[in-house]
Amino acid sequence: MVWLWQNLELVLGLALDHARLSVVPIVVSFIVSIPLGWVASQSRILRTILLTLGGVLFTIPSIALFVTLPIILGTRILDEINVVVALSIYGVAVMVRGSADAFASVSRDVIGSSTAVGFSRWGRFWSVELPLAGPVLLASIRVVSVTTVSLLSVGSLIGVTTLGYLFLDGYQRTFPTEVVIGIAFTVIIALVFDAVLVALGRLLMPYTRALPKAGRASVTRVAAEVTS
Amino acid sequence: MNFFIDALNYIFDPANLTGAKGILPRLGDHLYYSGLATGIAVVIGLPLGLAIGHTGRGRAFVIAISGAARALPTLGLLFFIILFTGLGLWPLVAVLAILAVPPIIAGSYAGLESVNRQTIDAARAVGMTEWQVLWRVEVPLALPLIIGGIRSAVLQVIATATIAGYVGLTGLGRFLIEGLSVRNYTLAIAGAILVAALALLVDGLLALIQLLVTPRGVSRGVTSTAPRTRTPLRRAGASL
Repeated sequence: MVWLWQNLELVLGLALDHARLSVVPIVVSFIVSIPLGWVASQSRILRTILLTLGGVLFTIPSIALFVTLPIILGTRILDEINVVVALSIYGVAVMVRGSADAFASVSRDVIGSSTAVGFSRWGRFWSVELPLAGPVLLASIRVVSVTTVSLLSVGSLIGVTTLGYLFLDGYQRTFPTEVVIGIAFTVIIALVFDAVLVALGRLLMPYTRALPKAGRASVTRVAAEVTS
Repeated sequence: MNFFIDALNYIFDPANLTGAKGILPRLGDHLYYSGLATGIAVVIGLPLGLAIGHTGRGRAFVIAISGAARALPTLGLLFFIILFTGLGLWPLVAVLAILAVPPIIAGSYAGLESVNRQTIDAARAVGMTEWQVLWRVEVPLALPLIIGGIRSAVLQVIATATIAGYVGLTGLGRFLIEGLSVRNYTLAIAGAILVAALALLVDGLLALIQLLVTPRGVSRGVTSTAPRTRTPLRRAGASL
């Protein structure tokens, strides 16, 4: 604990960097996955193509992606942008599946009814499908958020300043406290992000609290499948 | 793109295949660590997942634990354990197994939960014991999702086993680490390509197994998507 107080500035600085670098991939994954997921929910063939593509992207190890991206993007190997792009790719790969399931979980009857009362395709998407897909979308973005925060620490291996620096430094100096503080702050950031997402979900989707028990169960079930 | 071509040349150069720092022995080690960790994770995760899925108890608890485990940075955890146990095979295997258990549990209980309740009631009605219901009805019907869970576990384990190179072990990660430490990016990229190729290959194999074990009549789409209403409107709605 003494070490933490003495190095508070370093730790908080790294934590801020860590949080800052995590935000972009999470936001990008969310925005990109929604149209992709909606498209995937419209046709079986597109669903298969998109989910397979997502699966393939996810097989690339993070360090491998961090190293190869500079060559594809033409950036420098130690550039932060590599890590941000790599984590966005992972985020989309994970989230596309959840997003496809989210839109598929919207009852066909409801879509039929909303068309019947005169919604245009565009209006139906914003006012009916998106709000109803919301709970499952939230479940998937929460998984993306946790994974991103955790994976980002690997970035330190290629020299990007994240909390992972504390792991490397602590390990090289045989100083477990530093490693533990690194882990603790990573978990804290993940928890804070998760809490923010849940709070946003409550704020934007007040109707989920009125969801009948069965509806809620199906949300947790789909969430479990997404995370598996 | 020259780096990629050089890296491919490196991989396909027979001189780099064998020997102490060759591709084949490192590939073997990588598979050994991954296999060991996945095996342990299956032994721990599968019974737990099946118990939760069958009884319906403890789900919230496991979701919470899985989420927390996901937040734990593997690299930090590995370094932490090693600082107490010293270098060796088991810290790595333990950390990889910790990574693999949550998706296996999630896959197996989600699989069991996706089985139609009426089917299970019917199995009980014809006189099956709970054990028979589990092994003859629930598990076969849930197999695609159970294997799906194992698949994503294996994928993460193979990708993460790259860190073995940082803690005195070998595996394909060594190419990445040696390459990065001396700024030999060809070598690093060769390592990256090898790990990704291995992950893709193993994932493809498991996907094949997943298809083969799926009982006829159980299409993956039916069990893996959310419940939908099955009324004539569904078709009408889809075409509107």
